[in-house]
Amino acid sequence: NKNSCVEAGIRGICVGRCKSKEAEIKRINKELANIRSKFKGDKALDGYSKKKYVCKLLFIFLLGHDIDFGHMEAVNLLSSNRYTEKQIGYLFISVLVNSNSELIRLINNAIKNDLASRNPTFMGLALHCIANVGSREMAEAFAGEVPKILVAGDTMDSVKQSAALCLLRLYRTSPDLVPMGDWTSRVVHLLNDQHLGVVTAATSLITTLAQKNPEEFKTSVSLAVSRLSRIVTSASTDLQDYTYYFVPAPWLSVKLLRLLQCYPPPEDPAVRGRLTECLETILNKAQEPPKSKKVQHSNAKNAVLFEAISLIIHHDSEPNLLVRACNQLGQFLQHRETNLRYLALESMCTLASSEFSHEAVKTHIDTVINALKTERDVSVRQRAVDLLYAMCDRSNAQQIVAEMLSYLETADYSIREEIVLKVAILAEKYAVDYAWYVDTILNLIRIAGDYVSEEVWYRVIQIVINRDDVQGYAAKTVFEALQAPACHENLVKVGGYILGEFGNLIAGDPRSSPLVQFNLLHSKFHLCSVPTRALLLSTYIKFVNLFPEVKPTIQDVLRGDSQLRNADVELQQRAVEYLRLSTVASTDILATVLEEMPPFPERESSILAKLKKKKGPSTVTDLEDTKRERSVDVNGGPEPAPASASSTPSPSADLLGLGAAPAAPTGPPPSSGGGLLVDVFSDSASAAAPLAPGSEDNFRAFPKHPRISAGGSEFVCKNNGVLFENQLLQIGLKSEFRQNLGRMFIFYGNKTSTQFLNFTPTPVPRCGLDSLTRTHLNLQTKPVDPTVDGGAQVQQVVNIECVSDFTEAPVLNIQFRYGGTFQNVSVQLPITLNKFFQPTEMSSQDFFQRWKQLSNPQQEVQNIFKAKHPMDTEITKAKIIGFGSALLEEVDPNPANFVGAGIIHTKTSQTGCLLRLEPNLQAQMYRLTLRTSKETVSQRLCELLSQQF
Amino acid sequence: MIGGLFIYNHKGEVLISRVYRDDIGSQIADSALFSSSSLRHSPVDAFRVNVIHARQQVRSPVTNIARTSFFHVKRSNIWLAAVTKQNVNAAMVFEFLYKMCDVMAAYFGKISEENIKNNFVLIYELLDEILDFGYPQNSETGALKTFITQQGIKSQTKEEQSQITSQVTGQIGWRREGIKYRRNELFLDVLESVNLLMSPQGQVLSAHVSGRVVMKSYLSGMPECKFGMNDKIVIEKQGKGTADETSKSGKQSIAIDDCTFHQCVRLSKFDSERSISFIPPDGEFELMRYRTTKDIILPFRVIPLVREVGRTKLEVKVVIKSNFKPSLLAQKIEVRIPTPLNTSGVQVICMKGKAKYKASENAIVWKIKRMAGMKESQISAEIELLPTNDKKKWARPPISMNFEVPFAPSGLKVRYLKVFEPKLNYSDHDVIKWVRYIGRSGIYETRC
Repeated sequence: NKNSCVEAGIRGICVGRCKSKEAEIKRINKELANIRSKFKGDKALDGYSKKKYVCKLLFIFLLGHDIDFGHMEAVNLLSSNRYTEKQIGYLFISVLVNSNSELIRLINNAIKNDLASRNPTFMGLALHCIANVGSREMAEAFAGEVPKILVAGDTMDSVKQSAALCLLRLYRTSPDLVPMGDWTSRVVHLLNDQHLGVVTAATSLITTLAQKNPEEFKTSVSLAVSRLSRIVTSASTDLQDYTYYFVPAPWLSVKLLRLLQCYPPPEDPAVRGRLTECLETILNKAQEPPKSKKVQHSNAKNAVLFEAISLIIHHDSEPNLLVRACNQLGQFLQHRETNLRYLALESMCTLASSEFSHEAVKTHIDTVINALKTERDVSVRQRAVDLLYAMCDRSNAQQIVAEMLSYLETADYSIREEIVLKVAILAEKYAVDYAWYVDTILNLIRIAGDYVSEEVWYRVIQIVINRDDVQGYAAKTVFEALQAPACHENLVKVGGYILGEFGNLIAGDPRSSPLVQFNLLHSKFHLCSVPTRALLLSTYIKFVNLFPEVKPTIQDVLRGDSQLRNADVELQQRAVEYLRLSTVASTDILATVLEEMPPFPERESSILAKLKKKKGPSTVTDLEDTKRERSVDVNGGPEPAPASASSTPSPSADLLGLGAAPAAPTGPPPSSGGGLLVDVFSDSASAAAPLAPGSEDNFRAFPKHPRISAGGSEFVCKNNGVLFENQLLQIGLKSEFRQNLGRMFIFYGNKTSTQFLNFTPTPVPRCGLDSLTRTHLNLQTKPVDPTVDGGAQVQQVVNIECVSDFTEAPVLNIQFRYGGTFQNVSVQLPITLNKFFQPTEMSSQDFFQRWKQLSNPQQEVQNIFKAKHPMDTEITKAKIIGFGSALLEEVDPNPANFVGAGIIHTKTSQTGCLLRLEPNLQAQMYRLTLRTSKETVSQRLCELLSQQF
Repeated sequence: MIGGLFIYNHKGEVLISRVYRDDIGSQIADSALFSSSSLRHSPVDAFRVNVIHARQQVRSPVTNIARTSFFHVKRSNIWLAAVTKQNVNAAMVFEFLYKMCDVMAAYFGKISEENIKNNFVLIYELLDEILDFGYPQNSETGALKTFITQQGIKSQTKEEQSQITSQVTGQIGWRREGIKYRRNELFLDVLESVNLLMSPQGQVLSAHVSGRVVMKSYLSGMPECKFGMNDKIVIEKQGKGTADETSKSGKQSIAIDDCTFHQCVRLSKFDSERSISFIPPDGEFELMRYRTTKDIILPFRVIPLVREVGRTKLEVKVVIKSNFKPSLLAQKIEVRIPTPLNTSGVQVICMKGKAKYKASENAIVWKIKRMAGMKESQISAEIELLPTNDKKKWARPPISMNFEVPFAPSGLKVRYLKVFEPKLNYSDHDVIKWVRYIGRSGIYETRC
């Protein structure tokens, strides 16, 4: 027997008696040497001593020491006929043998023999070993075998049980290797098996399988319902071994209820009636007095009950059941047991989203608010907040928001930010009048300013700007709020923005005259961080426009050394530009430039996006969607974003209105030699980014399902930059190309604080439709480390060889496990044909000579298109150089035209290219002409280059 | 400054806990919700969990946990840890810990759990005396022994008390007045440990000697001593007067890289004249510590020869040569030849001494009791290996050696030690002086 064997190992090693670590290591070294000499020895060991030494090795390994021998002996044990020897062999193998071992064939053979042996204990051991190792290799070898054992008529119950669980394990590790076949229908009938253990194991298996292939296992519903009803209606003594503290087969019941949650409510009225009956019985039983005072009894009973409630919520079709479930949960809300209260709150959250039970949930509002105030466990309070959020509607919004606000002052730090977001959303969604909304948000900033994220105050401003009826009130309120001696920076931001826009609405009152407003804001100026100060500077210039009388004061401030010579570039630039603007421009121009912000386009609330991000995609989203559908007609304000919003990015709204001004390329024009300066656009875009609250486009890009994000055309003309970014991952690129070869460094940055597991990025060349047979690009990579620590970055090098010209860029597929879920990201790698461009210098004469040589109509491609960007000569030049061709000066008789030449290198051929770009400034149009010796190359290059201007 | 000092046994149980500053008590307060009483012990627990019971052996003597630094030394199974939150001089802390070990050893012999438990009152008394608010104080064993005794509380007379006070706070805190010996005697030990790393071809990769001069003095009164050795700088300075002496003794002098002295040595005099003069404490003390790296006499040369015969066999031959005067005898020689981790059997033949394969240490240990200079000895071994499925190659760790020789490998010679006692009537000639040189191996390794 196993115990005595392990004990023998311990007795043989006596590690327990060692006083220190050093002594232990010495003892183990000695024992290992002994075992080595025994294994090496000439005379063969008998089964018992082999078992003994293998067992000792296992024990030493489990103590944390490396073992690098004895595998062969362990494999030999597998072929023994004694149970104990076989068992130790299997134990050693499942713990110590890795999948790429040479012994794997021998092991697989031994397992096959045991599976075929018809000896139930041996079969059990073999199945356990397969399941414990559970590797892909195991799945490859046995995924066909195990289902046969499972459905064979003469298999023993215990083996069936093991086989079901083993198959489940294999299916979880490598679902693609488990073949679906006729065994599936027979597995379903295991739900009718006599042996409850088999049924329990089979239910687990079927639930997992049904989640992937619901159609194939549809028949399991009726079987599960009948099995469930038999269990539920049975007396507590009927099931003997499977009755746990007077609850009949609780585990099986829970599993069956879970299985049923994979499917919609059954259509057959008989089955449906029977299920409803079951659920009612379960709810009834909850009301009965407990049969035992033991905690296990109530735990088991409640587990079944909660699973039944989740099923009711999942079906969401029986109003009667829903209301009963809600009432049952209501009772739990005041239960002594903390776990029960937690679970009740959690389930109620989902109940609240059902139209049948929403009203019923609302009746518990006082209890929930009470829970929020008195509950000792923070996780329970968190659930209470969730529930309040879920049950909120127009009728109780005022009360709930007020409660949440008052709770916020004492709330636990960890959940403050979430409460703030929720209050902000509720206040906005159910606002009866916007004055109340503004008050609430300002209160929010006052109470928990640190937790008010950018999105919240962006949203206030969006709303205030879009509704003229609150603007005056908002200006007055922020003015009053700013009077407080110490106010939070976020309040200063809101105040600065609103006064800058609508300060004129309250300027009539002498208590808030322009100068008073300015002085009030400026008194906060020096205590603020740089971004806030930048915002305040914008406010000041807006004041210059609104109130000409304070212009000198503001100019003085701007002229001060602390602004004009500020160490921060952003502040300095703003000060210089605003000062110039205020002195140079006439009032008309000022009024035009600094006009009031136009209303924002309506779209999904950025706060909501933020909350979704915080909670993870699944839970809140659907709740949100259903809730929003209900509230659309009630509330005109925040229209839900159209579903297509994610594909067409809404125009990035620039809240400050001024972001665009510094964003224009004011920097020095790029020198003609520097190809790197091409990315002025992206630079200015990133400089403007902190001002632009429209950055929630990022959140939307959060890919729940793999979607190839368009590998930007901005990479056509440059080699380095950020390729992709979402909440979890950032991918950066650095690449270099030489003739037909290239090397790309891809940097994967983990933006979260948790590890990514199984991180596998694989670049795949895509074949164009024209040639499925051969590849145009050869990509070579080394696999990267499969775990990426939080905040860490890993690098991957891709070697690229261009075989022939191509159009489709390769795709980078990234898979990894984050938290519990698999993430899939696909990005187009910016490897385009022009990367293999080598510039060629030539004289005007040469150029035109070659140009004429390439006069064949297939060789020329021309495209006339409208300019997408401002037509700046220097930028265009830089782009052509960045594109890869040489820029030939003084070739074209018209100096406004651009002419380039170069050679595209591929492994098979070299293609000369000539290009000519003729801008037409009046019409804002370009004409691009390309002549190359190869038609496809001309086509592709023309496409690529046209996108750039 | 040191915030506290803890002594643990090997299980991590606290034997001695002395907290000097409050700041170390509260650092883990923010993270865990402990009651205030357990808070006081949190640094104690932190060290146990993170160092003594650490999964991986902690090799760094300084560990930082929750912005608190733990400096530890280990003596047999006992851990001594000094704890601080401040940016303290680590060398000072370790110096103090070593001194603390010396003091404890001087009071009750070997530092063991048993001895610490038996003397815990004494240890607390010592800790009160040698550390004050975390600042190290007088830790001179001789001086401490005059007022901290193992005889329990001895009530002192006022006179005695004032005498102790004046001595401890006076200029010469390490020696009391009125010591008298019938026979004035002193012992001088030059103890050196030589460290070496040699390539298989016999090239010296690194070598240095760290030495100590330990003195045991039984002298009456307040004697003034002057110590002279063959320090290069001193010899050269003197050599300026007489040119011929320089050429004669130039070869004999040694270059000392750095040295430290006992507190009794007058540093100003050393700085200006490079002469070492002092009033010694009574009994045993360490006069100086030094390090040299040039012209080291390597007492032994190890010549390894390792041949791999196929995957399952290894032949090792090691020759050692002694490299000093034939009249001298080296003692306690031990050569340790590491064996691969998959060794399954070893046969050894050696010309001299005894050799044995020690499986528990994964090494062949060859011991020779005595060996004269300019001799040579050899060992050969056949190692059988068990084929493993591990493709890692054997890293071939270096062959290490231990020995003891009766000379100083650095070449240091004591030139004189003069004693002056102007008040009492004994002169330098009346003092009996003993000088001894012992050279030991430190880390003495040869790669193979």
